[in-house]
Amino acid sequence: MEFFIQQIVAGLTNGAIYACVALGLVMIYVSTDHINFAQGEMAMFATFLAWAMIDAGVPYWVAFGLTIMVAFFGGLFIQRVILKPLENAPVLALVVCFIALLSIFNAIAGMIWSFTIKQFPSPFPSRDLFGNGLVSAQQLGVVAVTLVMLGLLTVFFRYTTLGLAMRAAAQNASSARLMGVRVSWMLALGWGLASGIGAIAGMLVAPIVFLDPNMMAGILVYGFAGALVGGIANPLGAVAGGFIVGVLENIVGSYVIGNELKLSFALVMVIGVLLLKPAGLFGRVIVRRV
Amino acid sequence: MARSWATKPHIGLWAIGFWVVLAALPLIGFVSDSPSFDYYLFMGQSMLIYAIAVLGLNLLIGFNGQISLGHSAFFAVGAYAAAILMVHASVPYWLAIPLAGIVCFGAGFLFGFPALKLEGHYLALATFTLAIAVPQLLKHKSIAGWTGGVGGVLLDKPDPPSFLPLSVDQFLYYVCLIVAMALFWIVFNLLRGRSGRAMMAIRDHAMAAGTMGIDTALYKTMTFGVSAAITGMAGALSAITVAYVAPDSFTLQLSISFLVGLVVGGIASLPGCLIGGAFIVLVQNSSQSISDWMKDAFSLRYDVPAWAIYGTLLLLLMFFLPNGLAGGIAAIRGLLSRVTQKT
Repeated sequence: MEFFIQQIVAGLTNGAIYACVALGLVMIYVSTDHINFAQGEMAMFATFLAWAMIDAGVPYWVAFGLTIMVAFFGGLFIQRVILKPLENAPVLALVVCFIALLSIFNAIAGMIWSFTIKQFPSPFPSRDLFGNGLVSAQQLGVVAVTLVMLGLLTVFFRYTTLGLAMRAAAQNASSARLMGVRVSWMLALGWGLASGIGAIAGMLVAPIVFLDPNMMAGILVYGFAGALVGGIANPLGAVAGGFIVGVLENIVGSYVIGNELKLSFALVMVIGVLLLKPAGLFGRVIVRRV
Repeated sequence: MARSWATKPHIGLWAIGFWVVLAALPLIGFVSDSPSFDYYLFMGQSMLIYAIAVLGLNLLIGFNGQISLGHSAFFAVGAYAAAILMVHASVPYWLAIPLAGIVCFGAGFLFGFPALKLEGHYLALATFTLAIAVPQLLKHKSIAGWTGGVGGVLLDKPDPPSFLPLSVDQFLYYVCLIVAMALFWIVFNLLRGRSGRAMMAIRDHAMAAGTMGIDTALYKTMTFGVSAAITGMAGALSAITVAYVAPDSFTLQLSISFLVGLVVGGIASLPGCLIGGAFIVLVQNSSQSISDWMKDAFSLRYDVPAWAIYGTLLLLLMFFLPNGLAGGIAAIRGLLSRVTQKT
């Protein structure tokens, strides 16, 4: 039983990270209808920036904040420079662009920081929290950061003018434009937010899996699975989906199929959800008029 | 997108001339005694293999509009199928290649069923996941008896038949060339016929195609199967020419390099597949010298990795040459003919 609870707690911790990745994906999907394959590598790159700052003696939380800022403006920049000209391009061109970004970020991170794995510091102590070996402060910290971020985002989208404008732009671009919302910039803002959220995910996961340029490949797949399970057009659903995937992955991994097939489990989940319930658990079914 | 090249007169002459040149290249080996000639032959084999793999991908993406980032998986299935057949069942190489193709057709056809419900980004996403999951699957211990687990499978390069005065590498080059010619010929004819037109109709407007009486589900799964079979045969050839298969060579990166070849050569262009295949191998082989040159030219402090070059090139092509090199050549020829007509 104790082992089972440990697996659930570990699953929730992983789930928090998947939830962040999923949230970043949803952010971009909602505003532009694109699935960003470079999300993971962008997060990885931001994490390396944080590592470099911490390595140079910057205190952890300062580096944390600075990295989120840099990632935000980096995402904004990518949308403005690379994706804006392709707004009306066919899907294939966009997928190729995302794959190109993925390769570039991966290669450049390897070029600057090399492919050897690095230790990334964690702001939370790894000590046992309640003295019964179930929950560590590290695990609680990861979940707490995710929840705080989710709360801030909810407030942003519910109660600020900018957040409302972003939602309006995503839901009905032409009406929003008539109301004076600068839709194109709202999309860029969505990219910036996604990139910042991705950076948080990267910095949370790096102490667990160690930092190297390929660390996000598997996590991105789980993030995809989480976003799809929850409904890729629904931020809250994506977070729930991330937690669900994290727990399921750990339970299935330790009791049913073993650790070697965890990624295949993600594959089965992705395809299963897309086939059986494409809208996800919390998503709306979109009816298209032809 | 008009498919004018397929109906143009003299296209057959051009193609035959081109293939004759390719067939004559290894004969240089009889007059040259350069020590690196075997290496060039190996590069030639790789180029043909990548060209076949890109052909398979192009059939699916370029002519049927289904995006796949998971063709490394079918390449892997083909390579493993050929290796296992040759090592465990002592099947001769010439039989192993089509058998691997059949296995991959099955795999692709089956994957085509879930793919039916997915479009655009979602299909790219599902196949992306497939590409990431495959190396782990290949290493799994339940099939390690056949696949050799992490260690992979070693096989013997086939010997050239005794009546041909060829070295092993010359012979393997011809094996690749014959398979490539056969597959290009098959795809060329497939595309000119009823099935090809149906595929392209589905790409251009699936619903209209359905209204015209095309069984879209059948054609889409069949295209997926044929595409996987072609890429799988490229995998089988790579297993034979490298004489080794290992799970970690079939990563997402392999899928991306197919995509690079496709975009560089030109989407929905058959000659473009050959350009793309050659391009992939050239960049892989000369990435060190390209990197050195860039370090000198731009006084960089770091080595420039091949993947950064690939990625940058993909972006530039999408912006400036969305139809690839083959499309660029066609555009220049069109421009020239217009200029000459005016004068």
